[in-house]
Parts: sequence; C-alpha cells; structure tokens
Amino acid sequence: MLNYTLRRLLFAIPTLLVISFIIFVILDLAPGDPTGNLPLTIPAEVRAKIRESLGVGEPIHIAYFKWLRGFFVYEPLHWLDQIGITIGDPSERARIISYATRGPVFDLIMERIPQTLWVVGLSYVFGILIAVPIGVISAYKQYSWFDQLGTFISMVGFSVPTFFTGLLMIVIFSVQLQWFPSVYDTTLEVNSWDTFMLQVRQMVMPVTVLALYNASQISRFMRASMLDNLTQDYVRTARAKGMAEKVVVLTHVLRNSLIPVVTVIALGIPTIFSGAIITEQIFRVNGLGQLLIIGIQGSDFPLVQTLTFIFAILIVLFNLIADVIYGILDPRIRYD
Amino acid sequence: MRKLKTLIMATAAASTFATAALAERGSDGNLNIAYWQAVSILNPYLSGGTKDIEASSLILDPLANYRPDGSMEPALATEIPTIENGGVSEDLKSITWKLRDDVVWSDGTPFTSADVVFSANYCLDPEGGCNAASNFADVESVEAVDEHTVKINFSVAKPFPYGPFVGATAPVIQEAQFKDCMGAKAPECTEANFGPIGTGPFVVDEFRANDVVTYKANENYRDPAQPAFATVVLKGGGDSAATTRSVLETGEFDYAWNVQVEPEVLDQMMAAGKGEIISAFGTSVERLMVQLTNPDPALGDKRATIEGGPHPFLSDKAVRQALSMAIDRDILVEVGYGPNGQVTCNVLPAPEIYASTANDACKTQDVEGAKALLDEAGWVPGSDGIREKDGVRLSILYQTSTNSVRQGTQALIKQMWQEIGVETELRNIDAGVFFGGDQSSPDTFQKFFADIEMYTNNFDGTDPEAYMGNWVCSEIPSPANQWIGNNMPRFCSEEYNALSAEMGKTASIEKRAELAKKMNDMLMQEYVIIPLIHRGRVSAASNTLGNVVLNPWDSELAFAEEWTRLD
Repeated sequence: MLNYTLRRLLFAIPTLLVISFIIFVILDLAPGDPTGNLPLTIPAEVRAKIRESLGVGEPIHIAYFKWLRGFFVYEPLHWLDQIGITIGDPSERARIISYATRGPVFDLIMERIPQTLWVVGLSYVFGILIAVPIGVISAYKQYSWFDQLGTFISMVGFSVPTFFTGLLMIVIFSVQLQWFPSVYDTTLEVNSWDTFMLQVRQMVMPVTVLALYNASQISRFMRASMLDNLTQDYVRTARAKGMAEKVVVLTHVLRNSLIPVVTVIALGIPTIFSGAIITEQIFRVNGLGQLLIIGIQGSDFPLVQTLTFIFAILIVLFNLIADVIYGILDPRIRYD
Repeated sequence: MRKLKTLIMATAAASTFATAALAERGSDGNLNIAYWQAVSILNPYLSGGTKDIEASSLILDPLANYRPDGSMEPALATEIPTIENGGVSEDLKSITWKLRDDVVWSDGTPFTSADVVFSANYCLDPEGGCNAASNFADVESVEAVDEHTVKINFSVAKPFPYGPFVGATAPVIQEAQFKDCMGAKAPECTEANFGPIGTGPFVVDEFRANDVVTYKANENYRDPAQPAFATVVLKGGGDSAATTRSVLETGEFDYAWNVQVEPEVLDQMMAAGKGEIISAFGTSVERLMVQLTNPDPALGDKRATIEGGPHPFLSDKAVRQALSMAIDRDILVEVGYGPNGQVTCNVLPAPEIYASTANDACKTQDVEGAKALLDEAGWVPGSDGIREKDGVRLSILYQTSTNSVRQGTQALIKQMWQEIGVETELRNIDAGVFFGGDQSSPDTFQKFFADIEMYTNNFDGTDPEAYMGNWVCSEIPSPANQWIGNNMPRFCSEEYNALSAEMGKTASIEKRAELAKKMNDMLMQEYVIIPLIHRGRVSAASNTLGNVVLNPWDSELAFAEEWTRLD
C-alpha cells in the first residue's frame, strides 16, 4: 500500500506540471485585459504603461517559469519564513502578485480559507450527516412514504439551482421575517456568546442551501448502495443465524454500503475548497469561489492561474486518498 | 397667537442648535456601505477601477474636490487658484496652490508641500503604471515654493490647469510612507497600498482585498466636528440587485453604490420604504458611434482605416441622419434606464454652460422624415423591404458590450431601424475584451470592425477640452498607432481641428463654452456620433442617512465626512 501510494504521488508530479502548463496556455490565449475595468477616461497610452508595469505581454515561457518559480520556490520559502526558518534573502523573493490588488496571491487565498471552510465545509458535513440516515432508512423501507418523501426532497435539492433557493431564502428570512442577515460579515470575530450567535445566524442560510444540495446527492448514493447490499447472500445468512435486525442493518449492511459512499465523499472534498461560487456570491460570503470569479472578471491572471492550480492539486490528491481509503475499507481490494 | 408662533420658532431654533452641537466626531456610530464590485487596492494611483478610487477617497484627500454642483471646493488648499487671484499665471503655464498649514496626516506628522511634490513625482514615474497619468499630462515640474506653497509648471499653456490634485483620482499621498515605492517598486509595497496614511476623514482599520474595508474616524482630521460616523464598513461583492436590496428592503446597509437594476424591479424594492434612490447627472452619454471607413474584412490590413476608403453607405450623411431620426429615445430610457437616464441630443450634455440646445429635434422620433430623407437620397426599398442603392444594401452590423440593458437597447433600435428599411445584425462582446486594449483581438471598440457600435463615455471633472479633443484627425485609431485613439468614427475635419486647437489657447470660460458647443454641434449635425441617453449615477441611500447628495463630478464618497445619521 505504501509503495502504491508513493508511486501514485510520483506520477502526480508530471501530471500536475502538465495541468499547470495547460492552464497557463489557456489563460494566455484567453481574451481580456486587466485594465479593461478602468474608466474610459483613462487614455490608451496610460493603459499600455499600466500593463507594462504589471508584466502583461511577457513571452509565455518566461511568464510560465516565473510563475513556477514563484509557486514552488518562493512561496514555500515565504511560509518557512513565517515559522522562523529563513533561507536566502526574503527581499529577493518575487512572490506571485495579483494584478488587481498588487498584493501576494497567497495572502489573499489564506484570508479566504476560513469563511470557505466554515460555510462550505460545514454544509458538506451537515449534508453527510443528513444524507446517510436518509439513505439508510429510504433503502431499508423502500417505496414507503419516507422513501418517497426522501426521493422527492433529494430531487428538489438536485434540480433546483442554489441561486434560486438562495434568493428564495433571502426573500423569506431576510426581507420578510428579518431573522437572518442576507450579507455575510467576514470580519466578525467570534469571542463571546453574542458574537457566536451572530456567526451562527449569518451561517444559517448559506449552509442550509448548500447542505440541501450536498445531502441530496449523497443520500441517493447511500440509498442505492444500501439496496445493493440488502439483497446479498450474507445478509440472508446473518438473518438466518438469528442476528438482531439492528445488527444486520447497522453493522453488516451499513458498513459494506459505506465503502463506495466514502469514496464519493472523499472525491467531493476538493469542491469544498473551490467554494460554492454561486452561493458565496449570493450571500456575499466572499470565500475562495468569489475570489476566483473576481479574478476571472478582472482578468487577474496570476490569481486565476494559482487558484485553479491549487484546485487541481487538491483533486489529484483526493483522488489518491479515495483510492487508498477504498483499499483500507475493503480487504478484497489490494493494489500491490 | 403671535406669542405661540414665536415660541414655536424659538423651539425650532433651539432644536437646530441642539443637533448642531450634537454633531461631533464619531457620534453617529457605524456606516454600512455596499459596493457590488469589491475593492482590490486602496492606492488610487494603482487601482483597476472606480470602486478602488472611491474607497480610497475616504482616506486620501486631493487639494480640491468637486462639489455635487460641479464647483470646486478647496480641501487641502486654502483657495482655488485663478488668474484673478494670481494663482494661475498670465501665460497659463503654471498654477500655484497655497496649502492649509493646519493639516496633519493621520499618523500625526505635518502635511507639507513636499508631500504634494512627491505625489506628482510618484505618478509621473514612467515605470510606476500610474493610472492618473492623464491628470498630470503636460506637467513639466512640480516645485515646493515654501513649506505650504506648491507651484506646478506645464510645458504648454493650460487654460484649465486643474488636472493635478483636483478630484479623487489624483489625491496627495504621504512621502514618508511611499518614498521607497517609486516606479517599478510601486506594486511591491503591499502594506502601503493596502493601508495608505491619509489626511481624509477616515483611516483604514482592516482591509481584506476583494472583500471588505473597515475604517475608523481619523482622530487628526482637519475639521474637529467631522466625520460624524465613528466607523465605516465598505463591503464588496454580490451584484447590483443584491446590494440595492440590502439598502431598500432589508435595511442592512445604508448606502449602495451604482444601482443597475431594471426600473420595474426597483419599484418593487422601493415599496419597502426603507430607503430611496438618489441620482445625479454628470457627463456620461450612451452613444452610437458611426463607422465612416470601410470595415470590410476583404481589405485586410486596411480594414476600418482611412486608407481603406469610405464606408459603402454610412459615408452618406442622409443615411446617418435617418438612423438618428428613426430612434425613439424615450422608449429606450423607459425600458432600460428609468431614473438612471434622460434623453439627450448631445455628446457633451453637461455642465450646463457647455450643453447645446441646437440639436433638440432628435428628442422626438420622426420615422416618416427618415424615410423621406432616404428616398430623396436614392435609397429605395428592395424586394425584401431593405433599402438599397447601386447594389449596396443598408445592412448594419451593430456591436456593443455584453450587458442586459445594452442588449435590450440593441433589440429596440433594431426594430426601429427595421421600420425605415434598414437591416441590422446584432453582436455583443464581453466588456473585458471590448474595452480592453488587446492588440491581437479583432473585437476591441478601437478597431471597430463593425458599422455601428454603442457604449458610454464621459470625462473626468468638469472641463471638456480633452474630451472634445477626442475627435480630431490625429486621434483616429489605426495600425500605425497600435489602434490607440479615441476617434472611433474616424471623423476628420480641418474646421474641427482648428476649433480644438483654439480651445487649447482660450482661458475665458464663456469663450470655451462657445467653442465646446460649436464642436458638439458639428459632430451632432454631421451625425457621426448619435447620442442616445444621458446616463446618471444612481445609488441607493437609507432613509436614516442625512446630508447625502450624489456627486457626479467626483467620488461618491468624497464628502462622506458630512454624512450623518438621522434619528
């Protein structure tokens, strides 16, 4: 297993390099201009100067190697610096700089991670917590009213887009009832009971919207997987041996059914980081998803390049993790 | 009875005094402002859009600001220099500003002429990528005469010498903070760019780029009674409808910038009664640019250039005029703009002294007149109803940027032109590409590979000289100048050039107005630019905010120190 993991990790390096190059080329070919949002009163000569000062229009291989060096050398060195290990001269380091903010891209990303993890991550956790029991009961009592209701709700969660449920919740709970704020305050520091309650209140709506969406997906997987296992021979055997129904379902069937579901869950984790772009935009959570959108709208190529590449790393990594978990959970699967 | 009246008057007077006395710094708590474009940087000289300039206008002050009525008001200066008071030299080649001597930076150090000189040099550095460089156009040198006097020398006569340091686009930054950030180093000074030290009413408390800025009142602000608010939160993100809703419906915010919401949606939001829409009209005009050269792709490198020859049908003035006459501008305003727009027949609609009345006939649609004009010019309907002459069909490619209101306008105009026998093909291009200066893209508004294009433009401040200079011959974009230039219609007239040159030498405001009007009328009566809508700035303000007046000439937040909370 260790060998397999190491081999996969080594293979990931060329894969990621190719991905990063493809992203770079696509962005380079994409139309767009970081000075495009400036007022039209600013003349073209001035815009040309601004582009020059940003380093737009450098030959692609130079720009690419500069970015690679920034990502793999200077940024790690900078973070080592932060924990007290200094290698080389910090003032010599050309970190990856965003066009729009003229600040290091990684600082922006770090600033965004807390709210994204809180809101999107928590909604994923809630989604799983809701989805697993629903899936189990739905499958065990197939075609009962509970199953029908569960199917209905997950179909709604699947098919109604988050920008609709989000707006609906804002209209009901912010405009009409005034229970929850429609705008997420990223500067809120939780240091007392009151601020904690504020944090909870501002998280309720975005988390609910996303949790509904996540739960509907996972509960379908859970239900299907349970149904597969309930008809297996070992279940009949267990029942024939006189085991309690609870033991049969929760110990034998559930465990086996969770194997594919855990994989699905692991594969979904990178999407937490890429944020829920639309939901973040609606509730102004301003996490990683919103950062990506702003970067794309403003033609902030260093930011978009870095963010998409980080998402690519996460996807490759969690693919590996999913495979490894699969091997651990299911003794029948061996990679070596 | 009389006694009672006096009593009431006295009470009223007393209560006014009471509120005046109450208005002290920081007494009104927190102010919530929503911008749907998030703020990226707080150094206006390096900003990528209006939102950054406005957010930094709370922190940094120029020497003078424009009031909402278009007049200038000294901020860091003691008075506005003019020829009369000796501040502007007789040859119009220099301006001398006297600075207030009682101003300190928010860190407590004194503000002096050295800071002003530094700010000019900072922006003039060719490697810095300063976006206010056009404010400093023709500046030869800036010198500190003494600690509180600054003289700006121009290389040419400047009848309107108020480019540098007037308005939020060109404020004064602190030398001590930015002295190591000159030129190529400008973008590296993240700390300074994210938290400039200023002389304005607020200082940065926390800044999260592309998300939110929190400010607190500047303890060292020059007016001890201002600002009334102790803190300001400027939240970015979402879309215009969402930010407007947060002011008008949920009441979570006090002010929402740049409302771009369809009129009928706006009416629904207003019904909640929590706030109101404020608008003001500056110089923005949504216009159609008419291509006078031939955009035929077969011409290759000569496409859309003077060398490529005139346009097959738009070079005929009768056609251009008919196109303008066929448009019902009232409907365009009603459907797409609501309080945000007014019908206009001028490309230079404001300030008032510059606005011509000679072209007002365009305010009423005249379909019959347009048809008659085309008939007379020999453009007769063909078998499919589209007019043609000598085998040339009146078939127009009409392009603009992608934006729902613009696409609505396009569709309406297409219908109106259909009525007079003109066929229209519509096209929309992503704004970043259309307005971006990418040389390799064929879709920029400068290349103008179409017959008609629509967008909005305006000018900074109140002086139209540079703006009217956009349509001289040398401003025609072409491959020779890398398609840089503002004369999109490729209009070239010796007479126009002469008027523009004369304006550059004329100081008297009345004469300048006369010249500007003449130039405007020339463009309008040649129908090379077809103005559609005079667009206002529209924002939403909570009913609990006092002293908010929308400012079309400067940053919307330029006078936020005067805003108060009503009880």
